[in-house]
Order: sequence, then structure tokens, then C-alpha cells
Amino acid sequence: MQHLEVTVGIGGAAGDGSGATGDNLAKVCSRLGLHVFAYNSYQSLVRGGHVWLRLRIGAQKVMTHGDDLNLLIGLNQDTLDRHAGEVVPGGGILYNERLKVVQDDLQPEVQLYPLPIRELLQPFGRQTILQNTIALGGIFWLLSLDLDVLEGAIQELFGGRRKSDEIVASNVGAARAGYQSVRERYPALGYGWQFTGKQRMVVSGNEMFGLGALAAGCKFYAAYPMAPSTAVLHWLARHATSHDIVVKQCEDEIAVLNMAIGAAHVGVRAMCATSGGGFSLMTEAVGLAGMTETPVVVIDVQRGGPSTGLPTKTEQADLNQLFGASQGDYPRAILAPTDVVDCFNTVVEAFNLAEKYQCPVLIASDLLLSEHRESADPEDFNFDIPIDRGALVTNGVTNGEYKRFALTPSGVSPRVLPGTEGTAYVAASDEHDETGVLISDEFTNPEMRVLMMDKRMRKMEGLLKDCPPPQLFGPANADVTLIGWGSTKGVIREAIAALAEEGITANNLQIRYLVPFHEPEVRDILQASRHTLVVENNYTGQLARHIRAETGFTVDGKILKYDGEPFEPHHIVARVKEILHGNSR
Amino acid sequence: MATVVELPLETYKGPVDPDWCPGCGDFGVLRTLQRAAGKLGIHPKDLMVVSGIGCSSNLPGYIHAYGFHGLHGRALAQATGMKLGNHDLHVVITGGDGDGYGIGIQHFIHSMRRNIDLTYVVMNNQIYGLTTGQASPTTERGEWTKSTPGGCPEDDLNPLAMALIAGATYVARGSSAEQEHLTNLIAQGIQHKGFALIDVFSPCVTYNKHNTHQWFKERVYKLEETDYDPTDYDRALLKVREWGDQIPIGLCYQVNRPTYEDGEPALKKGPLVHHKLGLTPEQRRTLLQEFM
Repeated sequence: MQHLEVTVGIGGAAGDGSGATGDNLAKVCSRLGLHVFAYNSYQSLVRGGHVWLRLRIGAQKVMTHGDDLNLLIGLNQDTLDRHAGEVVPGGGILYNERLKVVQDDLQPEVQLYPLPIRELLQPFGRQTILQNTIALGGIFWLLSLDLDVLEGAIQELFGGRRKSDEIVASNVGAARAGYQSVRERYPALGYGWQFTGKQRMVVSGNEMFGLGALAAGCKFYAAYPMAPSTAVLHWLARHATSHDIVVKQCEDEIAVLNMAIGAAHVGVRAMCATSGGGFSLMTEAVGLAGMTETPVVVIDVQRGGPSTGLPTKTEQADLNQLFGASQGDYPRAILAPTDVVDCFNTVVEAFNLAEKYQCPVLIASDLLLSEHRESADPEDFNFDIPIDRGALVTNGVTNGEYKRFALTPSGVSPRVLPGTEGTAYVAASDEHDETGVLISDEFTNPEMRVLMMDKRMRKMEGLLKDCPPPQLFGPANADVTLIGWGSTKGVIREAIAALAEEGITANNLQIRYLVPFHEPEVRDILQASRHTLVVENNYTGQLARHIRAETGFTVDGKILKYDGEPFEPHHIVARVKEILHGNSR
Repeated sequence: MATVVELPLETYKGPVDPDWCPGCGDFGVLRTLQRAAGKLGIHPKDLMVVSGIGCSSNLPGYIHAYGFHGLHGRALAQATGMKLGNHDLHVVITGGDGDGYGIGIQHFIHSMRRNIDLTYVVMNNQIYGLTTGQASPTTERGEWTKSTPGGCPEDDLNPLAMALIAGATYVARGSSAEQEHLTNLIAQGIQHKGFALIDVFSPCVTYNKHNTHQWFKERVYKLEETDYDPTDYDRALLKVREWGDQIPIGLCYQVNRPTYEDGEPALKKGPLVHHKLGLTPEQRRTLLQEFM
């Protein structure tokens, strides 16, 4: 089913304003009732280099930045050299007429829109930063978008800054100049959008982690800056005063998680986010939370590894690390949200699971999910999920001696908070008995050790029951089953639609709960599948390994990508066809 | 101000007795901490004793109070989270020189520069005890230990000088043999608003045959018995470097500066742990609108 959509590519150097252009376009489209998905490819520097934003706009929901580049804004030679050849037939390139487009590089039927940027900048004192806005105005004409709405967005984006009147006026002027300039010379492309006027939000996964934290009653957030998780820190820091939460930047990630555990131990909902390297430093404390039965939420926004790896590129290669974090066995959950709204849901759910089972809950995101921006509807956000603090005793303990780590059938022991009369106890990282007294100092106490291990690990049974098993998306008897985790849901779903057009039926098993794992359910689905392929942004197929470890099922093949860039639907479609036609495995 | 009702020592008697070696300096530190809490009338429910790992870090298990016996070197980070989570608690950290000045030194330095209201009691025995006798950051150069059979090849770290440079607002040194004196130093440290370091000579009778009870007894003198002025920062920097035949103990430096908590807006509405959770309908609308 074809639906009305267009993908606009905006290139530039870091710090030259192309980001604001993309934000404005996304905002305007969302206000008009269209859907957007924006992915920004960038490199690890503050100024210069190459920034490449692809913004896909659709009349219906779009879940990836797509396969096709329709319109390119090229305001420096580098952008044209890199991307002019990617514009598909029927598309166009808006560029500064003083730059060079090599005709031989172009695909057929690509329309060129040279803009007299120098002339158009004249009335604005030649502020080159405005050339982005000029091009944006041109895009609005070509795509039949409402210039008034753009002016409103510009007002909001720049309003309230120093000299804001001046900045708004020049940007609005530049947008109009660009719009007029293209309108005078070229026909619009004939996009017959139906503007519903339904106002949508434009959000990123990181922002939704922050919003979810506020909704869940998180009162303590600690962090050390690390791409691509830093936006969670920025967003929460900006909202800290208005929502009475403590946002603490720490000396390192070791301090981050230990501080969060300290706050959680005295009864505050506490969270932190980092990327793989920071999580490596946190791992000892993850086990501490398991041993002391402290509820805490940790987000790992994965980037290309190992080591410093690819700081600004996406990957899903931390599953082994998350699964193997810390020495020993301890109860915990690992959740992998599958889209931006799910980032919000997952944090709310993670806090409830953490407090109900008094254990660490880890959330696996990645750069793509955390940093891409996407339209979402306000109604998608359920703020009414109750805050479940689990077995938290707030009205005193009257029935005799309090045992913080009492042996219970569920493994969950009622928790009192420090400051409560008559229930003082020690929480220890050493093995301990029901009251918290260490048994590590005794010659040996195998009975108590086993009782305490069993008690803690019993919590996994309840956790599993609280987590709904994965559902197969698409027809059960499909030619191929695509298995993914976390952020790949959108691209797999779009690849399924594209495969259908080529006569291949596919379905999707997207794993959201990596721990606890729904072993029989996953095995049953996979055993009933005709051809099973994992789709993962890593080298070894970490999910495939996890599935094999948990179920004994070995997938038929792997579609892997570890070049730092996210999957586009065509990558998956091509590999599925190759594999099904027996060309490769 | 309410009058302080002192509490007897038994109030803080822990569920089990210490298993430190007979003669260990840590016994004296445990007793003085209990006395200091009693002197200030701090109810066990309001006392949070946090430690890392090591012989001295077993202390929270031996005192009746809330306790957290966490990871090696991380007690200050955990304690900071606890204080920010519930600033009504008196948070005292107890540990050793390896725990605090070795593996955990980054938290030591940053906690002091933050001036968060914590009381840090370090049982400094200049050796790793629980791991059976290796050089610690405060082992003196040339000292024989199991890990330095040719003599310790590094200079020792001066925790008090480091505390002064890092911005601690209460810097003291005590001796576990000087019970009355140490009780006062700890009590004042707990009362002090801001980060208080009390470094305590707490000899290891098993693995440190050099810095013994007798060795300290021959050398320490109390600053309070001299004309020393603990408000003079420059003088303190000189004084804390005195080492050898004469070693000063007592309050080396104290100054009043705003605490970290004072600058944290969210805490103005009372301890975080007592805040109401979740968003009002108005807050939800405003937040969603931000993204439109």
C-alpha cells in the first residue's frame, strides 16, 4: 500500500544551523497532522565535520527514516558531493547556485533547484546562518506546506532569546524569500496532503525516558555525561526545579550508580542513564543493588563498541554486557523498549518492577532509539499507570522482631525505610541472614547461604509473571520470521510491508523482555516458524545467542549490521531475499 | 533549640560483637562513635552508618543504627545518595585508609568539594588488614609489607592536607587510644554542617608492626592543649604536615560554608523521601505541550 510521504535530507557542518532547520520542518509537519521520523547522522565533534539529517514525512505513521531520499538541501559542497547521488528519480536538490552539482552523479529525473542564496541574503546583512531558512522556505513551496505555520514555529524556536525580535523577523523574512524565490520559478511537486490539523508532538527516546521518570515519581537522577545518553541528563536537569527532583552530575559512573543506590535505599525512586562504557563502570554496583535488594533503574543507551568505539553511532552490542553485569547470580530485569512512546512506558514499568521486586532493572536503548525524533500523539502517553511501591511498610512494624530480609514465598521481604522507629537493620553486600547480619564472617553456613540465594532468586518467578510474553506480529505461517529486540521494531515492520510487495510473507517477534525471558513462549513461536532470522545491530548476533541459551533453539540465520548506521528497510529486504533464495546464510 | 537528652552507650549496642583482632584500634573507634551519638542524643532510627569493605568497614554491623555495608571504596557515593534522599538522617561513614584513600579516593575528593553534610570517620592503620597485610596509600615509604618486600616504594598520602585542599570544612585527626578526645571530635563532626573528616590512628596489631599503639603514644599531642587556632587555613596546611617525633591530633581546621543541600532547591520542601510522587494533571499537560 503506497501512502503519501517524502524524505528530506539536510546536510551541513556541526554548528551551522542545519539542525534547527530540521527541527522546524519536523515541528511544522507534526502541527499540520503529518507524521515524521528524523535521524541525524553526526560525528564526535562540536563544530565542523558533516551533519546529515534525514527527515521522513508521511501522511501515515512512519517508523524509520526510510530508504529513499526525495529532496536534498545542500548548502555546502560537501553535502552535495556526498548525497546528490542518493536522490531518487522524481526527487530534487535545493542548493546554493554557487555550488557545483555533478550531473553525471545524479540518478535520472532529478530536478535541480539552484537558489540565488547570495542575493536572497542581501536584505538580511548576509547572515549566512539564514541560508538554511531560505532553503526551508523553498521546501515549503515544493511540498505544499503552510508557510504561516512555519512562521509560528520560528517565533517559538527563537522567541525569548536575546534580540529575539530581530532574529524572528530575519528568519521569517528569509523563509518567505526562499518560498517566493522557488515559487516564481518552479511548480510545486503536487503533494496533496490532507492536513488533519491534529497536533502531534515531536519527541526523542531520551526525552521520553525523562518524561517517564517524572511520571513514575523519580526524585533522584544521577549521571556522568556520555553520548548518546546525555540528553536524558539535560532534559531532567532542565525540569529539576519545576518538579522538585535532584539531578546530580557525578565524578564518574561508579559514583552515579552508587549514589542512585544510596538514594533508593532510603526510599527515593532513583534512576541513571549512561552508555556502554559508563555501564561497564557501574557493573559492580548493579550486583550490589541485587544483593542489598535495592530498587534502582539503569538505562544503557548503546553506541558502537568496544571501548570508546563509535561515540556518535548506533549499535546493539551491549546485551552480553547487560546480561553478564556483575559477579554472581541475582534477580533483575532487562527491558528493551521498542519505540519512543515505549521509552516512556518502559521507565514507568521499570520503576514499578524495581520496587515490587526490590532489584535493579536495566533498560537497553541505543543511539537510534534515544536520539531520533519522531511524531507521537499526546493520547499515546498513559499517565494513569499507578505507582506501585511494592512491599513498603510505612505504618510501622508491630508484630515483633523486624527482619529486613525475611524468607518469604515470593522472595520479596517487606521494606522499611531508614528513619523508621524500632526497625534498624544493616543492608550488606556480604551474604547475610534474614536480619542482615553477615554470614560471610562465619566459618561456614551453607544452609543460610542457600536459603538467602533461593529467596532472592524466587523473585524471578514473580517478575516473569508480571511481564507479558511476546506476541508474534503478522501472519503465523509466514515465509520468514524476523526476530529483533528494542529499536529495530520499526524498521522490521516496514521491511515486512516491503517484502509483502515482493510476494514474501514475513512476521516479527520483537523481544522486549530479555530478562526475565519467556522461554516456552519464544521457543513455541520459533519452532512453529518456517525460517527464523534475527535482525541485530551487532557483529555476533547477541540476541541469537541469548535465545539459544534460554531456549535451546538455534535461529536459521542472522541479519547483522555493525557499521554504526541503523538498518533501513531495504537492508533487511535484500538480506531476506538472499537468504531465502539460498545465496547466503 | 531543644535540650539534648543524652542516651546511654547500651542504646547503640549492635546485634553481634566485633570480630576484630584483640587489641585492634577499631574497638576504640566503635565505642567513641557510640558515645558521640549518645552525647548528642541521636536516636538509632535517625543514625545511618555507611561503610565500604575492609576490617573497619564491618563497623555498621556492630552498632545499633541503620546501616549500609556496601562496596569497597564506594561508601561516600552511597552516603551522598542517602543524605540527598533523606537529609533528616545523620549519615556517618566509617571505613579504612585503603577503602577511602585508595580505591575510593575520587569520591573522597569530590565529596569534600561538594561540602555535603556527611561525617567521615577513617580508621587509618596504614595497612591493608583484611587482605592480610599489603601496603596502603598511607603506608610510609620504605615500610616492609607482604606486597612490598623491598620496602614501600611510594610516598604516603596525607589525607588531612588533601582534605584541606579539596575543600573539607571540618578536618580533624584523632587517636583510638584517646577516647574522650576522639568522642568530642566525632560529636563535633556530626554537629558540623558540611563535610567532616575525622582521620583516626587505629593501629593494626597484626600487620603493622611499625605504627603501633606504643609508637603513637610516644608521639601524639593534642592541639587543644596548645595555642593552635583551627580557623586559620594557612596555618592548618602547615600543621597537618607535622610528622615524626611530634604528631598533632585534634581539630585542625573548621569553617562554615553553605552545604550542598543548602543549594539544592528540591530539598527546600523537605526530605525527598517524603515528597509526593507523580505528576498533576496540569503538569502532564504542560509537559506534553512542550513537545508540540
